[in-house]
Amino acid sequence: MPDTPFWAVCLVVVPLFFAIICFVRSSLVTFLGPLAAWLNALAGLGMTLSFVHSGPLRYAIGGWQAPLGINFSIDGLSVLLVAMTAVTGLSVSMYAKGYFSLRIGSAGEINRHGHQRAYFWPVWLLLWAALNGLFLSADLFNIYVTLEIIGLAAVVLTALSGKPAARLAAMRYLLVSLLGSCCYLFGVALLYRSYGILDMTALSRLVSPAPLLWVSLALLTTGLLLKTALFPLHFWLPPAHANALAPVSAILSGLVVKASFYLILRLWGEVFAQVLPFAAYVLLGVLGCGAVLWGAVQALLQKRLKMLIAYSTVAQLGYLFIALPLIRLDPGPSAREAVILLIMAHACAKSAMFMAAGSIFLKAGHDRIDDLDGIKEVLPVSSFAFVLAGVSLMGFPPSGGFLGKWLLLGVSLASGQWWWGIMLVIGSLLAAGYVYRIACHLLVFKASFSSRRGSIPPVMEWPAVLLAVLAMILGLLAGYPLGLLEAGCPVPIHACLEVMP
Amino acid sequence: MSTIFLYNFSGLALFAIGLHGLIRSSHLLRKILAANLMSSGIFLIMIVGAYGPDQALIDPVPHAMVLTGILVSISTTAVALVLVCLVQETTNRALLLQKRKREQRGRTDA
Amino acid sequence: MNWGGLLLVMILLSSLVPGLIIFALPEKSNRPRTFLNLGGAFLKLLLILVMIIGIYQGRQFAVRWQLLPGLELALNSDPLAALFSTLSTVLWLLTTIYAVGYLEQSPNRRQFFGYFSICVTVTVGIALAGNLITFFLFYELLTLTTYPLVTHRGTREALAAGRVYLAYTLSGGAVLLVAVAWLQVLAGPVAFGGPPAAAAVPATHELQLIVIFFLFIAGLGVKAALVPLHGWLPRAMVAPAPVSALLHAVAVVKAGVFGIIRIVHDVYGVPFAAGLNLLLPLAILASLSIIYGSLCALREDDLKKRLAYSTVSQLSYIILGVSVAGPLAAMGGLVHLVHQGLMKITLFFCAGNLAETLGVHRISEMRGIARRMPLTMAAFSVGALGMIGFPPMAGFVSKWYLGMGALEADKMWVVAILAVSTVLNAAYFLPILIQAWFKPQESTWSEQGTTARLETHWMLLVPPLVTAFLVVAVGLLANAQISPLAWVKLIIGLEYGP
Repeated sequence: MPDTPFWAVCLVVVPLFFAIICFVRSSLVTFLGPLAAWLNALAGLGMTLSFVHSGPLRYAIGGWQAPLGINFSIDGLSVLLVAMTAVTGLSVSMYAKGYFSLRIGSAGEINRHGHQRAYFWPVWLLLWAALNGLFLSADLFNIYVTLEIIGLAAVVLTALSGKPAARLAAMRYLLVSLLGSCCYLFGVALLYRSYGILDMTALSRLVSPAPLLWVSLALLTTGLLLKTALFPLHFWLPPAHANALAPVSAILSGLVVKASFYLILRLWGEVFAQVLPFAAYVLLGVLGCGAVLWGAVQALLQKRLKMLIAYSTVAQLGYLFIALPLIRLDPGPSAREAVILLIMAHACAKSAMFMAAGSIFLKAGHDRIDDLDGIKEVLPVSSFAFVLAGVSLMGFPPSGGFLGKWLLLGVSLASGQWWWGIMLVIGSLLAAGYVYRIACHLLVFKASFSSRRGSIPPVMEWPAVLLAVLAMILGLLAGYPLGLLEAGCPVPIHACLEVMP
Repeated sequence: MSTIFLYNFSGLALFAIGLHGLIRSSHLLRKILAANLMSSGIFLIMIVGAYGPDQALIDPVPHAMVLTGILVSISTTAVALVLVCLVQETTNRALLLQKRKREQRGRTDA
Repeated sequence: MNWGGLLLVMILLSSLVPGLIIFALPEKSNRPRTFLNLGGAFLKLLLILVMIIGIYQGRQFAVRWQLLPGLELALNSDPLAALFSTLSTVLWLLTTIYAVGYLEQSPNRRQFFGYFSICVTVTVGIALAGNLITFFLFYELLTLTTYPLVTHRGTREALAAGRVYLAYTLSGGAVLLVAVAWLQVLAGPVAFGGPPAAAAVPATHELQLIVIFFLFIAGLGVKAALVPLHGWLPRAMVAPAPVSALLHAVAVVKAGVFGIIRIVHDVYGVPFAAGLNLLLPLAILASLSIIYGSLCALREDDLKKRLAYSTVSQLSYIILGVSVAGPLAAMGGLVHLVHQGLMKITLFFCAGNLAETLGVHRISEMRGIARRMPLTMAAFSVGALGMIGFPPMAGFVSKWYLGMGALEADKMWVVAILAVSTVLNAAYFLPILIQAWFKPQESTWSEQGTTARLETHWMLLVPPLVTAFLVVAVGLLANAQISPLAWVKLIIGLEYGP
């Protein structure tokens, strides 16, 4: 059986390779795209299994050591996120397959839809490769490159819809992403000048409080916050996520924002945790509270389904930031585990929601919430998936979101800073409000709805159900992923320290 | 030493000018140019960092990073330019805030 | 997993699986659906019987599933769990029969019976929950599964009621979550049936424990319809009659009350709670609910709403009994858990019969109705007299023990509350009976499908008669070996010592 490095390399090379092939031979995308998705998922599975078998690892690609070579650092957190990307990515890919076939098959503008499909697959696979690369990389500069690829691919995917609103949203997204990358790169440059090293594990041993460190951290964090869309830097997110094509929205909301948050978690939770003052965590936590409130209130006010889901993403990202001060306060691993559960649950639930919303959009021809009454009559499975995903976003037991909330609540009460926990509870009540609003229209209200359009194929309905159910029972199965996390503490390294100037 | 300071300072200045331009200018092309300016500033600072304490030994890593950075910057600019064209194509102007919205905003301000 | 644990899981699955299959069946397949419903109900009853026999023989059933270290789901079969799960199962069986008859012609039966089965699964889950977190899990799921039942009719009014219901119960759930998490922080994982977890907390945290207790009461009080958290209950009356019956006798309100019993008996422990002076405020709250509910019931002309307010009042008997802090009163309270369920479900079945057969919703329309529907009204009268506390009905037994307990604990004011409440009960139930039996008919009823020989469909008639019979039987045979009272004595014996 192949070992962990093999799978790690596969995870980057396979999607990259297929992306290029898909780009060159666009006639083959219908076949190659889903194939690549399956292979990626297989690589993710192989990676997870071999990680369970052999534990954390560092690997220098091609034998080239840092700083010039590319190093992978594979620990529990990376593996979990890679696995999450594999599961979500595979489901979205299956959905996308049905989505594009349906659109090409039904409506008039075959050229435009064919064009969309021809570009979706290569860009999405490129994005997937970059996501995997980001989760596995050990070095802040490599991460910069992957971040940039992720940003560009996400922008292209957003613009793919071709609607004026989507293009404008993509443009705004691109500029924000550029600004974010510039800040991040500046931070990286300053870090390198201070310490002569960019490997995260090595850095965590070297750093000591210094003015230049604060400047570089501020730059790094600002860049990442822009990309993660933390309130009040979230302005670009709702239009971009809401106007994109359905599978793209699912990818953007489920996975892409998690990539930059993952980095924040690494930097604030591991690398610089020893030197950062608690006040800085509180600042992020307060912004997170703002995001929870603002996102939820905006979601309650939206008239369009996809806008509502996008604002809900803003709110849910707030949870992750509320958890940051708790990670710092928590003597044990609970808060960290909770964040990871929240990330995974949100990835599943939000992708499911966007996929279901996409099916609803195709069936109804619009996504105005008030005109969607009783759509379960014609689209029972997708409506069910949507509401189930919504229920797990509310943090209803036994969903992964619930378990995350429970752990964070425990930590916040134990540390005496109970207000974070109360904020989480208020946030989930608000989430209940907007989910209820949708559920009423989809499930409860009597049908005012006449089905005009063709039927939605099962391949578009069931991935959403699968992810929604996964999000819902994640709480029951949490022991398995969190067990992986325990195994993968950051790895000691020697190679990097040797070549230090 | 003062040379290095000069380089650093100009790098910082480029970054600041770029940041200002990215946020304040309204035309998309200007924004993209400003972003390029920002990254040039950062590259400058990185390259200067390659000079170690003793000037004889030059660290190769920043060079590699800047080369990669330039590649990234080129591709970003390319994507951005295409997007500008697309925006121009659909809305007839290369502005982020479209005119109608601006007017509305002006009205609410007044 | 051992065999005992498997039994508990089977008890849950016996209604969950039929529920899920019902969702998968097409709307038209009525026979398989009825078969599944009744089959599941009988199977569950059988499994519960096996469990009870096991408990008599001194066996313990338990099953655990660890989520994370310090956080596990557990099902456990202590006598209190057995009491509540038996009640739910028996009444579910009867309500299923009733619902099949009641909804014979109505649309969306697939959805109704699907949620109905899952709802019972969740209720039994609440009963069997072996620790606080499991209890919370099922308690929250109950909110979710009963919502579609409450709004089943889909009318504007039903939706408004559903919104109020969700707003109350979700907020209550959030408060409960805070309480559960906080207690876990102080006391570690809280299991039922062992020594009370809260009593083991160092005395320095007393103030926190007091706050947590009231958070618990606030969270559970929503479903238990403690005044002033009862606002959702009368509105939820828009639901179809079987749902109201189940909601009021077994599922939702009892879940809240059962939770309060668990908190007082298993989490805090009566002596410890009394030591912290927590029980007196609870008793006062319960007394207020008793009086206020009865007063509101007096004013209502709508039959189901009057019954709803009566529920508000009657539920608080249970809480009052638990909070008087004496074995006899606790016995009265716990046995009322069963007795109130039997009586209230009878009343709701009958109210449903009147509405379904004759279109009668208001008490003012009920003059002389007993001549048209004698059996239904006989069952209704048994239930109503039981509620008032007429010997030898079930309600008398509960009230007797409550009163004795109050005397034993030297709390005369509780006796006074009981007396006032009995008068009020009589004041709002007796006029209905007088109207129905002794006044001549005034209004004309819209007869629906009354060609049958019986006064109404047999499936609507049998359940209330059975429950009415049970109301009399558990009262008359209260001292028998297998009565609810005997079982409650066993529970109280465990709690207070021999």
